[in-house]
Amino acid sequence: MIVLRLPGGLSLRLRPRALVVGLAGTLLALALAVLAVGAGDYPIAPADVLRVLAGGGSPADGFIVTELRLPRLSTALAAGAALGLAGAVFQSLTRNALGSPDVLGVTSGAATGALTVVVAGGGSAALAGAAAAGGLATGLLLYALAGRHGVGGHRLVLVGIGVTAVLTGVNGWLLTRAPLMDAARAALWITGSLDGRGWANALPVLGALAVLLPAVLLARAPALRLLEMGDDSAASLGVSVRRVRTAALGSAVLLVSVAAAAAGPVSFLALTAPHLARRLTRAPGPNLLPSAVVGAALLLAADQLAQHAVAGRQLPVGVVTGVLGGGYLAWLLAGERGGRR
Amino acid sequence: MAAPAPGRRRLRAGGLAFGVLLLAAVAVLSLALGAKPLSLADVWHGLTDPASPEYAVVRQGRLPRTLLGLAAGAALGVAGAAMQTLTRNPLADPGLLGINAGASAAVATATVLLGVADLDHQVWYALLGAAAVTVAVHTIAGGRQATPARLALAGAALNAALYSYVSAVMLVDSTSLERMRFWTVGSLAGARTDTVPSLLPFVLAGLLVALLVTRPLAALALGDDSARALGARPGLVRGAVIVAVTLLCGAATAACGPIVFVGLLAPHVVRALTGPDPRRLLPWCAVFAPVLLLAADVAGRLLGRPGELQVGLVTAVLGGPLFLHLVRRGRVGRL
Repeated sequence: MIVLRLPGGLSLRLRPRALVVGLAGTLLALALAVLAVGAGDYPIAPADVLRVLAGGGSPADGFIVTELRLPRLSTALAAGAALGLAGAVFQSLTRNALGSPDVLGVTSGAATGALTVVVAGGGSAALAGAAAAGGLATGLLLYALAGRHGVGGHRLVLVGIGVTAVLTGVNGWLLTRAPLMDAARAALWITGSLDGRGWANALPVLGALAVLLPAVLLARAPALRLLEMGDDSAASLGVSVRRVRTAALGSAVLLVSVAAAAAGPVSFLALTAPHLARRLTRAPGPNLLPSAVVGAALLLAADQLAQHAVAGRQLPVGVVTGVLGGGYLAWLLAGERGGRR
Repeated sequence: MAAPAPGRRRLRAGGLAFGVLLLAAVAVLSLALGAKPLSLADVWHGLTDPASPEYAVVRQGRLPRTLLGLAAGAALGVAGAAMQTLTRNPLADPGLLGINAGASAAVATATVLLGVADLDHQVWYALLGAAAVTVAVHTIAGGRQATPARLALAGAALNAALYSYVSAVMLVDSTSLERMRFWTVGSLAGARTDTVPSLLPFVLAGLLVALLVTRPLAALALGDDSARALGARPGLVRGAVIVAVTLLCGAATAACGPIVFVGLLAPHVVRALTGPDPRRLLPWCAVFAPVLLLAADVAGRLLGRPGELQVGLVTAVLGGPLFLHLVRRGRVGRL
């Protein structure tokens, strides 16, 4: 265990294995990113990609990399990291592997917001804003419904499943209200897609990450780890349970909402990334940073698969994360028979 | 488990009779109400007199729809109750455990990729999908050692994977999107005169199997060893419940699309009246779940005028808050 002490009484505890996983994951994500930027109808060699990123390269390469492919890639990395981090916070707070934003309905709420805009005939900016608003509103609703004592444990998951069921019904109905052309656009969005993402999509997520990642990591990670031992134990160790919980939950909901606004409610990433991170680091606790890194690498890899898996047809990335994420969790459960979570 | 006092037993019999009356009343409302409300006399003429102007509305429109609501409601309610009892899982619901999604995925494949359009053939694909997921969810969750959380997790996993697949299929071309987006909300509006006849064998077989195993299912609730001591065969009972749930959910989903809330909600409401014993729970659900589904369908027709709200939306919007209320009162955790 390595402890980094930072000014202001903040400290960052790092386990060597978690550190290795985090670094390896980051390197893998970056390597994937370079390959992904090079791949496409106009292939660019990895060396040329690096040259463009360093500020050189041919103008044609430069245009394709910085204007066409880098925004999509940045959106994928940022949204993936946001979903992975948010999933880790949710699962830690609820002390439940099921307590991910997908299961609790936050992503469905974001979808409801976006679909409302589609039916009303609004543009992309309004869609992103409504998605974020829908996610946040659902987060508030969950918090209100679960009550002061209900955030930990099973009750929040049950409440979330109820909320998700209602929102799924509403979303399906909204989809039938829209004219067919808009419905096609909405169906694509609601599946989760990175198609045609520009800097306008990437920047809000990157901004939210830049603020919230350090905030959650530095200020909340130790308290979250203590909270996993139970509210009373954490309180007796000096953790202000309610404040930590509200702040962490608020940050996580915000992260999910901006990610959904950018990439749609990509299913299963927030549930799968923390699982995978926990298996890789073999560390107890929330595994916040590894989850964010794994999330980024996963969404990027899934998007590459979605673009190139079926020749001549681009699948939305949500199809890949859903099928693979669901399959992964099923395999995990089957292999872990009689195991812990 | 103490035998109920005679007075309570009479009360319960009265409750079931009340349920049947309620069901009849809702069925009549379902025949009478809609875009064009009819008087009871008009309904009677529409049912019996082919020459009457109401014949088309009642006999070819609302009657098949009402019968479908009865069959699908009973199917979903009994399936939900059987699964909740078998898995001792308050969250068990054909929708939440991925069984409706399995049926949906199979129907989507059949409709879009293989061009199967009629219910008679779709139902077989739906059964296949439902069966595959029922077995898969049980196996993945660890068979006998499955805890409620693991079952729900396995269900969530399969749900997400299968619905991703369904949306991929829907995105293949706009014609399939047009067809599938109405079907995936869950609706009774597609009912025609031949819908229920082609569905009925599956629903009846499923109900029969489910009601036959209620006694050993009650024994199984005490644990495998106690069940064996009471003469039940746990493996056989589990197999029978899986067969019943597959038949019920596959048939209902093929005809109406995936309707999530009925199988979760009806048993929870009914359990408040009957207690957890499956010997009462299952038959009561066969009566009360269709009341719920039909009432939701009628409400959707009235609220959505001049069009209608699909029943899947109404059950979600009505059922959601009630479910949340049960959770908040802490009733759902107790089985």
